Amino acid sequence: MIINHPLLGPRDAAEFVYLGDASLMERPDPQGPEAADNFHDYAYLRKNPAGEHRELWYHEQGDRSWLVVTRNTLTHEISKVELARDVAVTRRGGQ
Amino acid sequence: MRYSALNILRQGLTGNKGWKPLWRDPTPKPEYDIVIVGAGGHGLATAYYLAKEYGLTNIAVLEKGWLGSGNIGRNTTIIRSNYMLLGNEPFYEMSMKLWEGLEQDFNYNAMVSQRSILNLFHSDPQRDAFVRRANSMLLAGADAELADEAQLRRELPFLDFDNARFPIKGGLYQRRGGTVRHDAVAWGYARGADQRGVDIIQNCEVTGFQIKNGVCAGVDTVRGPIRAKKVAVCVAGSSGRVMSLAGMRLPIESHVLQAFVTEGLKPVLPGVITFGAGHFYVSQSDKGGLVFGGDIDGYNTYAQRGNLPVVEDVAEGGMAIMPMIGRTRLLRSWGGVMDMSMDGSPFIDKTHIDGLYFNGGWCYGGFKATPASGFCYAHLLAKDTPHPVATEYRLDRFRRGHLIDEKGVGAQPNLH
Amino acid sequence: MSQVNRIKGGLIDTNRSLTFTFNGRKMQGHPGDTLASALLANGQRLVGRSFKYHRPRGIFTDGSHEPNALVELESGAHLEPNTRATTVELYDGLSARSQNHRGSLEHDLMAVTDLLSPFMAAGFYYKTFMWPKAFWEKLYEPMIRISAGLGSLSMKEDPDHYDKGFLHCDLLVIGAGPAGLAAALAAGHSGARVILADEDFRPGGRLSGETFVVDDIAGAEWTAQALTELAAMDNVHILTRTTIYGAYDHGVYGALERCTDHLAVKGDKPRQILWRIYSKRALLTAGATERPIAFGNNDRPGVMLAGAVRTYVNRFGVTPGREVALFTNNDDGWRTASDLAAKGVSISAIVDARDQAAPATIPGAQVFMGQSVVDTKGRKGLKSITLSGGHTIPTDCLAVSGGWNPNVHLTCHQRGRPDWHEGINAFVPGGALPPGMAVAGAANGTLTLGAALSEGHRAANAMTKDLGFNASRKPAPKAEDEAHECAAFWHVGASRARAWVDLQNDVTAKDIKQACVEGMASVELVKRYTTLGMATDQGKTSNITALAIMAEVNGKTIPETGTTIFRPPYTPVAMGALAGRARGKDFRPYRLTPSHQWAKANGATFVETGNWLRAQWFARPGEKGWRDSVDREVKMTRASVGICDVTTLGKIDIQGRDAAEFLNRIYTNAWLKLPVGKVRYGLMLREDGIAYDDGTTARLGENHYVMTTTTANAVLVFRRMEFARQCLWPDLDVHLISTTDGWAQYAVAGPNARALLAKLVDAPFDISNEAFPFMACAELSVCGGTKARLFRISFSGEMAYEIAVPTRFGNSLMEVLMEAGREFDAVPYGTEALGVMRIEKGHAAGNELNGQTTALNLGMAGFINKNKDCIGKVLSERPDMNRDDAIRLVGFKPVDHSQKLAAGAHFITKGDTANMANDQGWMSSVAFSPTFGHSIGLGFIKRGHQRTGEVVRAVNPARGSEVEVEITSPHFFDPDGGIQRG
Repeated sequence: MIINHPLLGPRDAAEFVYLGDASLMERPDPQGPEAADNFHDYAYLRKNPAGEHRELWYHEQGDRSWLVVTRNTLTHEISKVELARDVAVTRRGGQ
Repeated sequence: MRYSALNILRQGLTGNKGWKPLWRDPTPKPEYDIVIVGAGGHGLATAYYLAKEYGLTNIAVLEKGWLGSGNIGRNTTIIRSNYMLLGNEPFYEMSMKLWEGLEQDFNYNAMVSQRSILNLFHSDPQRDAFVRRANSMLLAGADAELADEAQLRRELPFLDFDNARFPIKGGLYQRRGGTVRHDAVAWGYARGADQRGVDIIQNCEVTGFQIKNGVCAGVDTVRGPIRAKKVAVCVAGSSGRVMSLAGMRLPIESHVLQAFVTEGLKPVLPGVITFGAGHFYVSQSDKGGLVFGGDIDGYNTYAQRGNLPVVEDVAEGGMAIMPMIGRTRLLRSWGGVMDMSMDGSPFIDKTHIDGLYFNGGWCYGGFKATPASGFCYAHLLAKDTPHPVATEYRLDRFRRGHLIDEKGVGAQPNLH
Repeated sequence: MSQVNRIKGGLIDTNRSLTFTFNGRKMQGHPGDTLASALLANGQRLVGRSFKYHRPRGIFTDGSHEPNALVELESGAHLEPNTRATTVELYDGLSARSQNHRGSLEHDLMAVTDLLSPFMAAGFYYKTFMWPKAFWEKLYEPMIRISAGLGSLSMKEDPDHYDKGFLHCDLLVIGAGPAGLAAALAAGHSGARVILADEDFRPGGRLSGETFVVDDIAGAEWTAQALTELAAMDNVHILTRTTIYGAYDHGVYGALERCTDHLAVKGDKPRQILWRIYSKRALLTAGATERPIAFGNNDRPGVMLAGAVRTYVNRFGVTPGREVALFTNNDDGWRTASDLAAKGVSISAIVDARDQAAPATIPGAQVFMGQSVVDTKGRKGLKSITLSGGHTIPTDCLAVSGGWNPNVHLTCHQRGRPDWHEGINAFVPGGALPPGMAVAGAANGTLTLGAALSEGHRAANAMTKDLGFNASRKPAPKAEDEAHECAAFWHVGASRARAWVDLQNDVTAKDIKQACVEGMASVELVKRYTTLGMATDQGKTSNITALAIMAEVNGKTIPETGTTIFRPPYTPVAMGALAGRARGKDFRPYRLTPSHQWAKANGATFVETGNWLRAQWFARPGEKGWRDSVDREVKMTRASVGICDVTTLGKIDIQGRDAAEFLNRIYTNAWLKLPVGKVRYGLMLREDGIAYDDGTTARLGENHYVMTTTTANAVLVFRRMEFARQCLWPDLDVHLISTTDGWAQYAVAGPNARALLAKLVDAPFDISNEAFPFMACAELSVCGGTKARLFRISFSGEMAYEIAVPTRFGNSLMEVLMEAGREFDAVPYGTEALGVMRIEKGHAAGNELNGQTTALNLGMAGFINKNKDCIGKVLSERPDMNRDDAIRLVGFKPVDHSQKLAAGAHFITKGDTANMANDQGWMSSVAFSPTFGHSIGLGFIKRGHQRTGEVVRAVNPARGSEVEVEITSPHFFDPDGGIQRG
């Protein structure tokens, strides 16, 4: 597979390390009332769709960027690649 | 029709014209006591043991494609019970014992071949972990044998002992491990279940569950609705997809595992060998092909195919331990979708929905588990309590913090 | 015997002769021959034995789809089994042997299986061999294994080497037949970067084997001109002897180039190269494969595909027979008759299954329209054929044509399913093709020459245009479209003898019918039950015929019956090529520490630690074994001073205003109050609450920290920290860089460590205990100005330091330390002594931090700070991880001090039976302690912290041993830490 890195252009997927569902970026509030349940769901119940999947890849043999890649798990087609940090910042309402 | 040497002789002399179908092609009835979703190895074994051991025969096994078309039809055929943890080892040893009596039990030669499995180790910490594992196996009543380098040099002189990047220091044998003709397992169970009255219904994809007020009363299929007192899902790589029809999210990710076979060769390998410093395992089929595999590709996928980097990585592992295979050729590769669980161990459990049961999360070790998985799932369906060797395979174990993590890599399915 | 079947013409160089041997017999051929054509030229009809029944077999095809003519090539370590004679380019000195027979090829003892064939029908082995139970492994299976299998392995290491490489292009053209050449010309003219690959050593595809005319010149001549034109284009790369074997995601194709297989003198070039081709578009112009018709005894040597017969005559100047007969269901087959007649080869009969007027007249040939071949005679070589009308016709070669199947294989590699094409009675590419791929020519079902040429041209223009290039203005090459009407006729029902469908695996039409009767309703089930299509040719000549027979039995059409898709590789690929250079010592790279050379020169034995090589111990003259060396290293370190290379520990530089807060969230313990110039031990958890890694982090400046990780987890911890930084807490001002490779680091441990280091440290730095106490750190200089970092930390339990210098000074520093340490009898120590001392001290390491243990298990629950969050904290609080009977890390010593402990032993309470239910835990690490004079161990046991003094059994059935052990504190050495603080 080839991942079109937002900064570096197309790179072979073999340069990357795969983590999984991008919701792993959404670490629950450890102080929240349902923290135990939320952390269970966060750590163990991931999206596993047959279709479009937002997922985390780490450019270990490259620039050490974590990327959020939108990829179809049926066809492996990649429709979007973002820097995870940008996604994280946006999710927190900008910085 | 009972199979025997005499039968073969009689048929051979009369032009092989009298063979009967191995199973019927029944029309689905409107209602069953138990509907099993998935006619793979585990589903068919479940039906077989429900009928044979628990006397329940008003059962349908529904299959999206043809029977045995899932991972039972595409794997590296290895059987073993060389686990370390209490939650696993007794279960897999039960499976091994069932393998040992299987052919006589269902009157079908699945070519259970206890040719041994050898796990090589290459470092002292690895050796320590294997000693711990060997002792677990022995304490659970299985067999295990540690071999040192000198013994392996005698027994397997073709391994790379002298020019290896990671020298072979020894290995853990399970002599009762080996291989089985995988398709024949599905056929044997299907035939045995069918003979006892189970309806195996192919080309009958389940499209939904009939769930009302937290109770599952049947399934919808492409061939119409079917009512059932109990619905037992057993669909391996499709677990995520099927259970999402019941609104459930599982502690499972779907990944592809590639497997490979070379062109046929005269006998080379005595048993199954696994490499400890890279991911590679290999055996030789009765037809002569080297059957081998390695790591999963590592990304979520439902496509039954993988990519080149893993193919090359696996070949490197093979050449690293047995450089004499350089001139044989890779004939065919294929990919199977694995239900990789969060701790590498499976589930055989009721769900929170009454009447809906789940069996899955076998990662890439489901084949060897087929008999015990079927037996224990049948037990659960018949008695509504877990079989004593499968008590830890619960869906709530992560909530409780009860992990069965043989490799110690945590909630990272692609590392199991 | 000379080349009795050599005739005039062909694309071979008859001016030169090549000598080769087959089964030890010397034969001659010419450059341009394949082994198959040369064997045919020499009249060698019998070349192999089939897989199951050991039937005599001859050459059946002219290419990589050959099911019969498999040979073992060469000998010794160069032995290559299962090699298709039809693809082996002849070279001088080639030696080949037939395979899969016992006794000679002519008199194979295993041929007795053929007589037993009535009892060996499809699936017979599933129904028998079950009694008595033990006989399967002992008798039946070994018997089956020996008779099965094909060629042999030499069992010697492959002496050749293989390379890998990357290629990039705009358009990859797969197959250099007419459509491919037309496409490459068009794309080449557009300026696009083109790779044109062909598996053959001679590009041209069917143009080489036929008597076609293109642009008014002979096809072979046109091919030569086209290749000259392409070779002159800088943007076109022609790869011959190169098979595109797999279509992978995102336009990546796997290719295998055979570089030296065809050379008499191989030289030192790589034997083969595995190319990974990155393409923007790919055009599949892989042609089509002729299919046979199944009829009685259709497997005899001399029965061949009709197109192959033409190839041997036209391309190789060889006639496979003297009296050739033809059996066809289509017009294309007739060209075999006309081509052979034109070369003066006698045609004895033309049998056409179609009941219609003969499409042509061939001089001297009897024509039987509406008839078929029902049987043949001639066990080791065809002698005659019998027709449905009753005629028996003498012939030594029967050319069979059942129509052509487009080579759709690569279109299926991403699970695309072909569509049925009524017009040509074959499957054509269908469903979802791999993105970026198009198909043209015969591979697309366009089976005639003129149409294939223009389709290739058009497809290339469309694709290059799509990529932004200006399409070529040159017209497509022109040729006529030959007649190709084909009847849907698959097998001869009237045949009473066995009719082979899969020649190599010996699957007959009857086997397929039987599988259907036995309930194998899906084509996949039939394949698995009969082994159809599983042989080395992967069903290239058999799958469709089998499907047609199934359709007939089940009363369905072929598309209703199904299709089988193909998986990579298109043709088999050598394992050596897939592994490339990553084998032997080069399997994985080595990482060497800066003082590796010093260690090597000073007697070190090295051990693999991940990819690192670390000194395990340093043997001195007179020491009888490793234990002597390790004991000495421990004793001398504890008595005076020892030096250990700890460069391999992970080092992560952490800077930024929020560095402390970041550490606070990564580690379980508190970090906000660590002063500058201090080091703290830290424990990390995984998010699931399991202990992950430990190490020390030093605060070198206000916003500057240096973390160490274990060697094994260096990369993983850094990855996780980057994840936390980028994905979890992007709002923190913190930056990370791995400096593992930037600093060489040495532990200097023992009572004289300070005195030794004091000799090196530049003034005015003061490393006295008062100025630089336990857990202090500083940046300073040593040896007159060399930048260094000094940490007062101890893994051994000794009064110890770790000193780091830039990597390039590592080896010098080791030398300087040893020189300065001479007066203290300083000793280098390796990982074994390091391990002994850490076990004596009770520090957990990899065997304890094994990914299954919690802080509680490790006795480090106190390290989880109650007043803050950290990764893993919430989930570490789950009930089953905090049970009263949880395992705890404790120490163990043998009750009888003379006994040895063993890692991996399990603990059983005294009086209990040793079984899994009574399992109390396991011994994780053991060592002989020279300090205490007996074996000691660390291990996990249920409620261990409450069982100090209890004696339990350490059972080790795997080693046949058992030792009574006493539970102790894990801290054998200096439990209150006075020494390390001293």
